[in-house]
Amino acid sequence: MNAQLQPTGSAYFIAKETEKPENHTLSVLVDNEPGVLARVIGLFSGRGYNIESLTVSETEHEKHLSRITIVTRGTPHVLEQIKHQLERIVPVHRVVDLTVRSHESGQERPLERELALVKVAGTGEARVEALRLADAFRASVIDANTEHFIFEITGKGSKIDQFIAIMKPLGLVEICRTGVAALNRGPQAM
Amino acid sequence: MSNGQNERREMTGAEMVVQALKDNGVKHVFGYPGGAVLPIYDEIFQQDEVEHILVRHEQGAGHAAEGYARSTGKAGVMLVTSGPGATNAVTPLQDALMDSIPLVCLTGQVPTSLIGSDAFQECDTVGITRPCTKHNWLVKDVNELAATIHEAFHVATTGRPGPVVVDIPKDVQFAKGFYVPPQIAPRTSYQPKVQGDLDKIKAAVELMAGARKPIIYSGGGVINSGPEASHLLRELVDLTGFPITSTLMGLGAYPASGKNWMGMLGMHGTYEANMAMHDCDVMICIGARFDDRITGRLTAFSPNSKKIHIDIDPSSINKNVHTEVPIIGDVGRVLEDMVRLWRASAKADKKALYPWWEQIAKWRARDSLAYKMNNDVIMPQYAIERLYALTKDMDTYITTEVGQHQMWAAQHYHFEKPNRWMTSGGLGTMGYGLPAALGVQIAHPDALVIDIAGDASVQMTMQEMSAAVQHNAPIKIFILNNQYMGMVRQWQQLLHGNRLSHSYTEAMPDFVKLAEAYGGHGIRCEKPDELDDAIKEMISVKKPVLFDCRVATLANCFPMIPSGKAHNEMLLPDEATDEAVANAIDAKGRELV
Repeated sequence: MNAQLQPTGSAYFIAKETEKPENHTLSVLVDNEPGVLARVIGLFSGRGYNIESLTVSETEHEKHLSRITIVTRGTPHVLEQIKHQLERIVPVHRVVDLTVRSHESGQERPLERELALVKVAGTGEARVEALRLADAFRASVIDANTEHFIFEITGKGSKIDQFIAIMKPLGLVEICRTGVAALNRGPQAM
Repeated sequence: MSNGQNERREMTGAEMVVQALKDNGVKHVFGYPGGAVLPIYDEIFQQDEVEHILVRHEQGAGHAAEGYARSTGKAGVMLVTSGPGATNAVTPLQDALMDSIPLVCLTGQVPTSLIGSDAFQECDTVGITRPCTKHNWLVKDVNELAATIHEAFHVATTGRPGPVVVDIPKDVQFAKGFYVPPQIAPRTSYQPKVQGDLDKIKAAVELMAGARKPIIYSGGGVINSGPEASHLLRELVDLTGFPITSTLMGLGAYPASGKNWMGMLGMHGTYEANMAMHDCDVMICIGARFDDRITGRLTAFSPNSKKIHIDIDPSSINKNVHTEVPIIGDVGRVLEDMVRLWRASAKADKKALYPWWEQIAKWRARDSLAYKMNNDVIMPQYAIERLYALTKDMDTYITTEVGQHQMWAAQHYHFEKPNRWMTSGGLGTMGYGLPAALGVQIAHPDALVIDIAGDASVQMTMQEMSAAVQHNAPIKIFILNNQYMGMVRQWQQLLHGNRLSHSYTEAMPDFVKLAEAYGGHGIRCEKPDELDDAIKEMISVKKPVLFDCRVATLANCFPMIPSGKAHNEMLLPDEATDEAVANAIDAKGRELV
């Protein structure tokens, strides 16, 4: 068996990755103190993990707790490492892989929502079309004058991607997205 | 004086620092003064409970504190100024992180009002040290200073030990506030798991009882867990009759004279240890982390074994090698349960292990640490053997630098007790050994402390000879001088067609004169038959010694797992012909380190 493997000739052996990478959503409960986000982000960059999306805000003011939601991509082995490495950070209380948790309860994935503000400028037919499509996507107009709209849209990432793609030929100017907020279904906390 | 434990007392931040050190049982601090820590130095000046050891470079303070910590089991403490003081501390911080050494580093910082203004000697200390510490703090409020320092000691010394930094702006050192004594109220987010899962330990004992080709592979975690863990490890080995090998960091946890001892494993480990790792059916990894220098090629690492892994850090489990029975907890606690359960349930069927021991005896007979003796030139292995023979019955502590001499020391110096061996394992920091020896000597003033050094490494922190002289620390720097960066050269021979690019030191200082210039004692030895007398002279001199031991310049360190090979593909000394060395590593491997 050994003969089939290519020796790399180095003490740093780099094994061929055989597992497939997956997207997972992690929920990280942390003490809201200076530098905590830098610790989390520094861990990802320092150890070469991916961040697809990151959302953070204080969620329990009295306890000084913040919740960081990270969408990351990696093989199951790497995802397990990410979880354990996050747990080593002193101000981190809990790390839950929401994707794994949702699989355990028979769901395909956790509840994930994102909010986007989308600015579209234009006149005439394009403008009317933009407003009609926004209505179909249940996006609401939060600012407008005769030359532009700002739409607020909430939904799964894929829905927002689609909305943005449709707005492109209709005068899309700029976009701001919050990143993914996520919870698992059911009555229990993380 | 800490009378009235719960009484809040008003004092300055600088006073709090010194009080907190006392309350955490600190006797020695290694440091270097500067503008941003002057108030703390002023407080140190006015008391004598905490002794300050002045080094010559902040890196030296860090390694000295590491040596102090490693040899005592207590936290090492360093105190440095802002800016360059803090950046010079980065190397020992990372070193301590990788080797899990409890190290508390107090840094001065520019006043809070100047932070972020590119002030003189300002740097983003918490930013720079974030990835090289277990945790760090910038203290902006004097009323949080005492509690923060107490927490720093707690974090550094509990769970998997590691370095921490407390960054203290100068205005906080001057400000007055209330001191709080240490309390056991750790933050809720930091709760290291020390007790192993009993079901897992039971499963491990079952697996071990059925093993026919077992091996125990222990590491630095056993040393970190305390002397009791080493004691329990010895008991477990006796009870089971299993062979045991250890990583570089774990030497001394099981005595080298013990009958089940196989020697160190890994890249420069013994043939028997590596072959047994490869062929075993059950591997019990205790407080080690499957480092790349241990495993060799991962895909061919111990292919037919079930693995039990005891580690206090969950992230070490399944990081490099898949484990069938992971046990998260402190080595000492887990071994206690394991020994108890083994006694209660498993009957040691030592007869069943006979064929395995027979096989091991065959591997041992290869005598993988053998070398060709030379009557005209001192062989480096011989130098260590003689050093060992002449110092083993004394109260001896050994530190090393990094390179060939370090591996030879690990192979040929034999350790009977834990905490006697201080070396830079994970980071591989050249220049570690001399200041580490200083730290060890400060902790153990009457012991014989020897830094087994290389001529290149020792010059990286040579200035600490001056600190050793100042503090009457009679450390012995035993330099295996081959005039090369030996390990660099060995790799150039293996990987780069023997093109010795910049690995030869053409202008070597005269170490004897250098020792004298520092106020120490210099010895040179060039002949094998003069070595014993020279070593005896070194031992008898009551001041720091630089021992210039001229060894065979082109000796290489074997046995060796050539880069990217498996445990059963070791290059043994008698097989290491020029041709074998040249062909040991293929073209693809040369792209990598």
